[in-house]
Amino acid sequence: MATIQPIAGELEPHPDVALVEQVRAGDVSAYDTLVRKYERQIFRIAQHITQNREDAEDVMQDAFLKAYEKLDQFQGNSKFYTWLVRIAVNESLMRLRKRRTGKMVSIDEDVETEEGSVPRDLADWAPDPEQNYTQTELATILEKTIKGLPPGFRVVFELRDVQGLSTEDTAEALGLSVPAVKSRLLRARLQLRERLSRYFRRKKGVEK
Amino acid sequence: MTCTEFLALLDDLIDDAVAPEARTELQIHLKGCEHCEVTLNTTRKTIEIYRSHQIYDLPAGLRERLHAAIMARCKKGC
Repeated sequence: MATIQPIAGELEPHPDVALVEQVRAGDVSAYDTLVRKYERQIFRIAQHITQNREDAEDVMQDAFLKAYEKLDQFQGNSKFYTWLVRIAVNESLMRLRKRRTGKMVSIDEDVETEEGSVPRDLADWAPDPEQNYTQTELATILEKTIKGLPPGFRVVFELRDVQGLSTEDTAEALGLSVPAVKSRLLRARLQLRERLSRYFRRKKGVEK
Repeated sequence: MTCTEFLALLDDLIDDAVAPEARTELQIHLKGCEHCEVTLNTTRKTIEIYRSHQIYDLPAGLRERLHAAIMARCKKGC
């Protein structure tokens, strides 16, 4: 039987496109596949913005439900995940506004901060410094450290560096410009580095 | 190249997006500047640690609750 070979170099459609089409055709199990693929990432984004576990759980649930209901509005000119992140970010911000009784919370508010823009702690780190801590201690350090950053920085770092999105997709998901994403990413990286140095710097007199 | 100029290109260096002509200059600066070398290495390590030790685990039962909610919504009309 003749098969159609993909032409070399032709752009393959993203696997999510087929899943979205299946859901639109009434196959709910295809939506389950999308949920399983992205639930962890969406939960983490919600945690980074709301800083509250219960809120993040609600946001994750609401974001996936809303995306399911609005699937017909998904145009396909952006990636499904980028579109989903945008919904989750909006849900997270709405939840924060409710908690703070209507006080405006925004992700695109730029934070004027000099912190970390010039590295101050220039001590080198111990080799594999994370191994000096238990998993629980390390998780506490990492959470505490990233919580000290402004929400816009946390989400940009999470999307770009932890989840590996491109600068352009991060900008689209957050409704920010590309230069804004770049500037936040640099400051987020440097501030995290500076703060982690307290824990990971090579101790004087302790040479391995 | 000064340390400030190096810092402005730090992200491009980490993301492997440095233009070939700037790369040589960066390498020369790095060889002679211990501070920038430490900044580059520890920033890379920062990213690596956050990537390999992902925080905020999915709470137990959340996936099941979400699944039930989607199914319930679906029964109402899909």
